[in-house]
Amino acid sequence: MKELFPRKQVMGFVFSLVLTIVALLVYFLDMSFAVGMTVLLLTAFTQAGLQLIVFMHAGESEDRGSIYLNIYYGVIIALLTVFGTLLAMIWGYV
Amino acid sequence: MDFFDRFAIPHPSPVIYASMVAIALTLVAIVAGVTYTKKWGYLWREWLTTVDHKRIGMMYLISALLMLFRGGADAIMMRAQTALPENTLLDSQHYNEIFTTHGVVMIIFMAMAFIMALMNFVVPLQIGARDVAFPRLNALSFWLYFWGAMLFNISFVIGGSPDAGWTSYFPLAGNEFSQSVGTNYYMIAIQIAGLGTLITGINFIVTILKMRAPGMKLMKMPMFTWSALITNLIIVFAFPVLTVALAMGTIDRLFGGNFFTTTDGGMDMLWANLFWVWGHPEVYILILPAFGIYSEIIPTFARRNLYGYKSMVASIVLISVLSFVVWVHHFFTMGQGAMVNSIFSITTMAIAIPTGIKIFNWLFTLWKGKITITVPMLYSLGFIPIFTIGGVTGVMLGMSAADYQYHNTMFLVAHFHLVIIPGVVFAMLAGLTYWWPKMFGFMLNERIGKLSFWLISIGTCVAFFPMFISGLDGQARRMYTYSEATGFGIWNMISFVGAIMLAAGFVTIVYNIYYSTRYASRDISSDPWDARSLEWATHTPVPDYNFAITPQVNSSEAFWDSKKNGHKLFPGNYKEIHMPNNSGVPFIMSAIFFVLGFALVFSIWILAVIALLGIFACLAHRSFEQDHGYHIPVEEVKETEEKLGGARQ
Repeated sequence: MKELFPRKQVMGFVFSLVLTIVALLVYFLDMSFAVGMTVLLLTAFTQAGLQLIVFMHAGESEDRGSIYLNIYYGVIIALLTVFGTLLAMIWGYV
Repeated sequence: MDFFDRFAIPHPSPVIYASMVAIALTLVAIVAGVTYTKKWGYLWREWLTTVDHKRIGMMYLISALLMLFRGGADAIMMRAQTALPENTLLDSQHYNEIFTTHGVVMIIFMAMAFIMALMNFVVPLQIGARDVAFPRLNALSFWLYFWGAMLFNISFVIGGSPDAGWTSYFPLAGNEFSQSVGTNYYMIAIQIAGLGTLITGINFIVTILKMRAPGMKLMKMPMFTWSALITNLIIVFAFPVLTVALAMGTIDRLFGGNFFTTTDGGMDMLWANLFWVWGHPEVYILILPAFGIYSEIIPTFARRNLYGYKSMVASIVLISVLSFVVWVHHFFTMGQGAMVNSIFSITTMAIAIPTGIKIFNWLFTLWKGKITITVPMLYSLGFIPIFTIGGVTGVMLGMSAADYQYHNTMFLVAHFHLVIIPGVVFAMLAGLTYWWPKMFGFMLNERIGKLSFWLISIGTCVAFFPMFISGLDGQARRMYTYSEATGFGIWNMISFVGAIMLAAGFVTIVYNIYYSTRYASRDISSDPWDARSLEWATHTPVPDYNFAITPQVNSSEAFWDSKKNGHKLFPGNYKEIHMPNNSGVPFIMSAIFFVLGFALVFSIWILAVIALLGIFACLAHRSFEQDHGYHIPVEEVKETEEKLGGARQ
């Protein structure tokens, strides 16, 4: 019976609900912009990772390697683009 | 009449009326010709609905050649206008429109299509696959590109062409300064074609990762396949940025958004930033397949295996990463500080390292090789010096302090043409000549081909070297005229002569295609160049299923091994082959995209809603359709193989 129970998926589902509630709190509670954004960014990325790994089975096939490599590459490019843009358009703008 | 006024050309001239007549006559001629020869059924069954990667490749090829002449006509007009000081051949508005369409057509609709043509035709053959991973999506990619290109090309006879440059910088491209629908065409036509490109990107990554012949490990892939893989990876990560930027621009122009306006919290330079976040990787999307083609051609005609395979792979991977971190060098003069400019200067110069590795690897491959000078080899050899000149001036431009001098001058124009022409056009012509016998079953004439090469390579140098001088003297790009006192006249006249040589070169290519179609021998082997990779291992013409027996691979040059070292390429017996069915939905859906685009350009909302519903209907149709493809029985495979010249071992 133990093997049949999708323990990982149920835990994942509960955890994703918790993440959603935490993100919603930003709207309902009164917090500063910086704190709110930090909470939103953290919950958003954790949520995305959770969905990819638990519900989209990223690590369960033989293509595990290329899937993760693609995700890492994408994350790196996204971070470079976002922070590069901030650098060029705001922080480094005289 | 208000409704129809919007379709009028805001700035008519006899040239435009002449083109209207020409377009109408061509359309009538095509329709009449196809009807007269009763080819509508053939056209629909064999081409418009095809999902065969080889035919899709050929259609990309034809479209790319057409667009080459479309963009080339713009180029000749530009050079003719600036050949003399204070020339009045074109007025400023018309000049703005042709330099804009020249850039867009050449990059998005010519170079990209040419690359897609060769990738589509060659990659599945090189990896020993039957087709791409998603054949139906592949057809959709082509037709989205095709209808996007058509939408863009009707702009100059209906409503006016875009005139804000191929970079379409805001606020110039905003409603305030670009009131005609031209820039709407830019935003929407590129969006449609870009969707097709993005889909191709995903399609080819999956194809190359999942459908390689048994034994072909990643490090045993031919170099063109490697470059195609990395190119498509860049497409998948760069094109979404363009999609978003174009969507934001469209919202600004059609729905009164304020992303790129100068008021209400808009940030006009954000467009330039996003454009180049896509635009610089785009440069490498164009150049990497070209590098791949040279890496196929040089070993074939130097009769040596490629020098430094691993460093070649490492350098394209490194280029793909670096291509994403240099974009700010396109606007060093925008106003960001020295710190930012220095960072992007250094990353820019770093790209010269992997590129240099590749150049040296090609030279080492040539070294002590038994070189045969064929047309593809001539292009590859011509590429190295001209590209190096273009590349070195790129390093000059990459120095941010010096860039203040070069920025926005003809020096820049000279630089990027001298990298793109040898880097992309030479490669595509080399690849075209090289793979032509596999595509069409006869070779292009070598003598006319050599004439084309000399006209094009000398024409390139004559057309663009003078721009270095006039640029350093201060001639800004995109100026429609200049006074005699500036002294730019002589350089622009030389440049015009070069442009005519280039045009003559491209005409000889078309003549070569005509001549060879008529007179070339059809009695050629399936491997006329004595080449090294798998695409030459199958018959010519390539059967629908590519390979009757899936090839077995043990090195990056499996075909060469089978010819020289007794490697058994096709073990086993014929089996039933599973193939995908044709479908008309990609064509129909893309045609509806064209209607949607047209409706959006002119803000005809009812038509746009109807077209959107049509697109959703096509999507729904696909979701509920039962399509399991068809099977070719063993007897038929055997029959085809025997007809094409016996079974392959």
